[in-house]
Amino acid sequence: MANPLEQFTIKPLIDIQMGGIDASLTNAGLAMVATVVAITAFLVLSMRGRALVPGRWQSMAELSYEFIAGMIRDNVGSEGRKFFPFIFSLFMFILFANLLGLLPYSFTFTSHIVVTFAMALFVFLGVTLVGIAHHGLHFFSFFVPSGVPAVMLPLLVPIEILSYLSRPLSLSIRLFANMMAGHTMMKVFAGFIVPLGVAGILPLGVDVLLTGFELLVAFLQAYVFTVLTCLYLNDAIHLH
Amino acid sequence: MRILLKTVPMLGLSLVATPAFAAGLPQLDIAKFPPQLVWLVITFTALYVLMSRVALPRIANVLEERQNKIDDNLSRAEDLKRSAKVAAEAYVKAISDARAKAHASIRQVKEKADADARTRQDDLNAKLKADIASSEKAIATARDEALAGIKDVSTDVAGSVIERLIGHKAKDDVVLDAIEAVLKDRA
Repeated sequence: MANPLEQFTIKPLIDIQMGGIDASLTNAGLAMVATVVAITAFLVLSMRGRALVPGRWQSMAELSYEFIAGMIRDNVGSEGRKFFPFIFSLFMFILFANLLGLLPYSFTFTSHIVVTFAMALFVFLGVTLVGIAHHGLHFFSFFVPSGVPAVMLPLLVPIEILSYLSRPLSLSIRLFANMMAGHTMMKVFAGFIVPLGVAGILPLGVDVLLTGFELLVAFLQAYVFTVLTCLYLNDAIHLH
Repeated sequence: MRILLKTVPMLGLSLVATPAFAAGLPQLDIAKFPPQLVWLVITFTALYVLMSRVALPRIANVLEERQNKIDDNLSRAEDLKRSAKVAAEAYVKAISDARAKAHASIRQVKEKADADARTRQDDLNAKLKADIASSEKAIATARDEALAGIKDVSTDVAGSVIERLIGHKAKDDVVLDAIEAVLKDRA
């Protein structure tokens, strides 16, 4: 039986070295490029008609636009509007990476902790900088819960700081673990299909169900990552 | 979920610590981190630029155009509704004006007819009164003449009767006086 973790192996396709840094195009890098191409093609081609009454593809493009616009409006407010291109890119990037990763023989780069952690760290640092830019040193009052007796503060402030610092970890590990677990599970069941012969219909059925479930997870994880980014942004802009 | 989130990093750390497991889990192969990060930066930057410069403005344009069109149509409908209302008001006003004018004309004609009728009636009444008056006068004259005639006749008759009775004529004025006295008694 094939190792269910083998699908996560990074395979260099083109060797590139940039100033001593390994910048080779790997299967992960190729999947990232494919994701960007797919998103751009989807949005640009479906909006080609610029129809007053949208067709199916244009409706989907407009729907994704309004979905993220509504998410920012509800969670951040009007100050969030200038972050719209970033939030939108983030959502589409994760969503398309998850969805394209479900295609057989493709690669799911969101199942790699280094990628999800880099994105989460970028969001974390960006949000913190936005908070400091908005409020200056007053931003650090974020770690002091309001309406708490002063005696409790030495205990609560470190907890608040710790929970703040754990944000990029939980953000990145949630996405990475969900994608990795789903794909591993599908592979494990897929590995049983041929050896079991006629009874292989059972793991095949499970894989069919899992595929549907993974489609849900693909969307849900992209949504969770994005909505949490919005909530962090809201915290940074409005504090408590 | 929470517990999973807490245990996975610990698991990850322990996997890193033991090279045998690290070899088994491709996600923890640190040597493969740099190319992934480099391409993540390249592709996400490209995506951000494409989205913010190309894709999103197009969608925003289309949505804005549609909103404008909807607003435009709504305001035009509002205008049409307003002008329809104005027209309806003008119609109602014209109808009531015409009705009022018709009423006024009818009343005017009726008044004129009434006045004419009254004048004619008055004329007729006056004429009839004049006729009656003149007729009465004529009758009175006729009666006076008749009465005068009667006096003459009765004077003649009385004169003749007296002549037959006494053999000579009585003076006319004496007879007339006597007759008048009789007539006065009777009247």
